[in-house]
Amino acid sequence: MAPIVSVKDLTKTYTGGVSALKSVSLDIEEGEILALLGPNGAGKTTLISTICGMTMPSSGRITVGGHDTVRDYRKARDLIGLVPQEIWLEPFEKVHATVAFSRGLFGKRRDDAHIERVLRQLSLWDKRDAKVIELSGGMKRRVLIAKALSHEPRVLFLDEPTAGVDVELRKEMWETVRELKSRGVTIILTTHYIEEAEAMADRIGVIAHGQILLVEDKTALMQRLGAKRMEIELQERVTEIPQGLAAYDLALGDEGRRLVYTYDTQAERTGIGRLMNDLQSAGLAVRDVHTTQSSLEDIFVDMVKEDAA
Amino acid sequence: MNLQAVRSIYLFEMARTFRTILQSIISPVISTSLYFVVFGAAIGSRIDQVEGVSYGAFIVPGLIMLSVLMQSVSNASFGIYFPKFTGTIYELLSAPASFLEVTAGYVLAAATKSLMIGTIILATAFLFVDLTIQHPVWMVMFLVLTCISFSLFGFIIGIWAKNFEQLQLVPLLVITPLVFLGGSFYSISMLPPVWQTITMFNPVVYLVSGFRWAFFGVADVSLGLSLAAITGFTALCLVVIWAIFRTGWRLRD
Repeated sequence: MAPIVSVKDLTKTYTGGVSALKSVSLDIEEGEILALLGPNGAGKTTLISTICGMTMPSSGRITVGGHDTVRDYRKARDLIGLVPQEIWLEPFEKVHATVAFSRGLFGKRRDDAHIERVLRQLSLWDKRDAKVIELSGGMKRRVLIAKALSHEPRVLFLDEPTAGVDVELRKEMWETVRELKSRGVTIILTTHYIEEAEAMADRIGVIAHGQILLVEDKTALMQRLGAKRMEIELQERVTEIPQGLAAYDLALGDEGRRLVYTYDTQAERTGIGRLMNDLQSAGLAVRDVHTTQSSLEDIFVDMVKEDAA
Repeated sequence: MNLQAVRSIYLFEMARTFRTILQSIISPVISTSLYFVVFGAAIGSRIDQVEGVSYGAFIVPGLIMLSVLMQSVSNASFGIYFPKFTGTIYELLSAPASFLEVTAGYVLAAATKSLMIGTIILATAFLFVDLTIQHPVWMVMFLVLTCISFSLFGFIIGIWAKNFEQLQLVPLLVITPLVFLGGSFYSISMLPPVWQTITMFNPVVYLVSGFRWAFFGVADVSLGLSLAAITGFTALCLVVIWAIFRTGWRLRD
């Protein structure tokens, strides 16, 4: 199946000379949730803005639903809903009016039933006659989502949807996004919360310094790069790592009461059995052992560091 | 053609106008009434006639033009500046709407409001002076064209402005002097010859002159010239707006 969004060799250099995107290529499949992960200034927002038509590409080509976003912008933009990072709303407008306005702006016939559905889904129906200025921060963000959904887009861009949103609301937002996905909407979200990407995404793209470092299936990514740590608590303190254990590249912790072993879960041999034997040979008594999987965050931090180096 | 977008923008802007209807309408009515009291009654009673028209009546077209020009520029410039200020312009830029559709929505809404105000001022004038309009169709046409062309101009100002100060500056520093010096309250023939020549570079002269001709059948410049000037100005504004959207100047990087 052809990708719903296709970005080819996209370059964006701002008038001031800042190079925000360097030959970015990216295909997004219909119905998936793609999380674009990257530090501030990585080019996430520029990428989204360029796809949605708010900035012009310097070179390269973008299609949405097979339509070129520059030449055939009407057909391309018809399919797109955009939720910006900032709370860009007119403070004195009423919720229902501003959401209905968005629908009209996208050339769709007035449909009160649809607007009601969207507002109910986002728990905004009770606030439909309230002015934007009277709403809480979380509600304003949901108004932005309602505006983006008002014209029934097939692709939804969420630029940092949970930035500055409290934990409870963030969970609610995730629920909303999952629900949208279940109705077949393709979702692209940017975030610098790894937790968010891990919780929501089918695929994860890592972007830094205007380049896409990788795009991969989330579980595959975690597996591929997933190093595990084994922490071994000792019965008695040691001052240094015994000679016989030098090959394991252990780290000493907790004032000598703990040994830390890092290994690759994908390797043919993890070396755990041998390590246990060697510990015994070295005369160390083990009190407890536990292992932890490295989070996406660790992977991500490593990758961005490598890229910078 | 996304007519739905034009309609949505137009209705949205008109809703804003109707929310502030009192200040929108009362203030021009009051200021116009004051002009009539001062220029028409107090000073005007000492001026006989200008080109065969009583002075009170003579200033009516100029007064309407003064308000309509100011209103058109400020309505349209605010209309497009406000989305820039609040950030909601993102929606206009990412919508499947062309420059013509976005402009039409904002400009028609601004022009409608100015037209309403112009009409109210005209109605108020009937309370103060005896007026007969010799060419009512031309009068309406001039009024509508002026509302549209100066709303287009205001739209450009709104895109150009980077802050509220700049937004206020143009109407204040450009439009007001042009209108006052454009023969709103006098006939060009009353000026010394040098100033008559200089005045010809003021585009407002052609508007006021044509508009006054529609009322009284007398004009400073020929009707054709007036029409050409206003059409030319409208076309120029359209070209500038087209270029703005094409290059994304102050809108999209």
